[in-house]
Amino acid sequence: MRRVAIVGVGHTPFTFAAEKSSVELFNEAAMDAITESGITNKDVQAIYLGNVLGDFSEGQVMIQSYIADDLGATNVAATRFEGACASASLAIRDAFMWVASGYYDIVLAGGVETSAKMGTPLATRTFAMAHDSHYEYPIGLTFPGFFAMLAHLYTAKYGVALDRLKHQMALVSVQSHKYGAHNKYAQFQKEITVDDVLKSFMVCTPLQLYDCCPFSDGAAALILASEDVAKKLTKRPVYIAGIGQASSGKLSAQKDYAPRIRAREVSVKQAYSMAGVGPDDMDVCELHDCFSIASIIAAESLGFAEFGKGGELWETGQCDRGGKVAINMSGGLKSKGHPIGATGASQMVDIVHQMRGEVEPERQVENVKYGLTDTLGGDGVLCNMVLQRGW
Amino acid sequence: MDYKLTFKDYNKSLKKGKLLGLKCHKCGKVTCPPKIACQECGSTDMEVVQLKGSGKVVTFTVSYVPAEGRDAEVPYTVVMVQLDEGPWLMGNLTDVDPNKVKADLIGKPVQLGMRMKTIPGDTYTMGDKEAEGSFARPTFVFA
Repeated sequence: MRRVAIVGVGHTPFTFAAEKSSVELFNEAAMDAITESGITNKDVQAIYLGNVLGDFSEGQVMIQSYIADDLGATNVAATRFEGACASASLAIRDAFMWVASGYYDIVLAGGVETSAKMGTPLATRTFAMAHDSHYEYPIGLTFPGFFAMLAHLYTAKYGVALDRLKHQMALVSVQSHKYGAHNKYAQFQKEITVDDVLKSFMVCTPLQLYDCCPFSDGAAALILASEDVAKKLTKRPVYIAGIGQASSGKLSAQKDYAPRIRAREVSVKQAYSMAGVGPDDMDVCELHDCFSIASIIAAESLGFAEFGKGGELWETGQCDRGGKVAINMSGGLKSKGHPIGATGASQMVDIVHQMRGEVEPERQVENVKYGLTDTLGGDGVLCNMVLQRGW
Repeated sequence: MDYKLTFKDYNKSLKKGKLLGLKCHKCGKVTCPPKIACQECGSTDMEVVQLKGSGKVVTFTVSYVPAEGRDAEVPYTVVMVQLDEGPWLMGNLTDVDPNKVKADLIGKPVQLGMRMKTIPGDTYTMGDKEAEGSFARPTFVFA
């Protein structure tokens, strides 16, 4: 397989209900990525797009073809990926493989979502479609409900008192907002306190409003190129050094591992071993903090903490800027926002900006060589990528 | 290969208060809700069996934010129950005020109640003929 590099990126602001369509949002990001790469729309050989709920938010399926046509990448192969909140990561993983294989030299990958446009009731209903529609949704399982159940399970399995876990979870949200406040693309550019989290309204016990990411609209895009082509286009290629992907079943089928998501451990192991690195090598990590408890659970499976001790990373500042691994310096899904079809691409874009030293000084990590992304779709799609600075 | 216990048959039976599962001839473990392959060993050599419907709560949540069309339901309690036969089964707990549910719910013994809650299909599941009008919700009460 050939090495594959990211040579250009684009990112729209993440917002409440957008005034633009999904085609418009994605192609704004795509054109920025194309321009930054020093190529033209005619150089794009294929498009890999994450989009989950365009059918519901805009009444549009097959959006990938309209995006290709709108972009002027006329008649290229365009494919849509649906893996709930991990859709963009799945798209980028496949884009990687098509370039690594030698079939294409330059491709466009990323994602777009306009879920905020739908409003909370429809968004809650459609997000819940990423749970088992026959055996678990009828009972009333929703997206926050799933993670709420993992939180209670976490307290029982690891003997962490609920009050302490709630405080750790609040610290996760506080740190996300601390950095999201300085991210020009973020939906919530403001800091919050532990008290704000603990006084916000109850969504699904024990998760309160500020334990939860928002519904968001936005897009992110990347140009991937083979190593040879990348070296001609840029002095600062960011290599996709490792990829991993895995799946798991409904919550009841995860009984032997929950609150761990076994698929994450399978996926991240693939990504680390392909890149020849481990968790200690990661300088930054953008992980899937759709809910505060999800960050704690993710950090453990990614190898940053022992099981049952993930919350201590936030208590001690070990995952803060200057700690052993800087987690979610973008503000994460919580503060930056979570347009689900775009999130995996957004995570990678932010790490590329970190490596280039291009983010706001308040959230810049020094000398980033390796970064990890972690994207979770529904209760069962996991994708991880190890990015490596190429200069 | 025929699907041994379809959703349609499982759902129809559960609506009448009878919980069905699949017992594996290879490893002896029970799978519920049904799958084409054993939850534990992947074998397809399984037979349909009736489960007792009793177990203990392993986790739960009380939900206050409804999905579209389900406003009348909140707040409601969702429990994950480890059945005596081994599998985990998600359901609702109905004989306690959701506002009074506390973390000590974990570990409590429960059993399927006499009346099973159901929910009709919505705009997005209208085509779900296999649900025959409604989806059964395993409805637990304290044992």
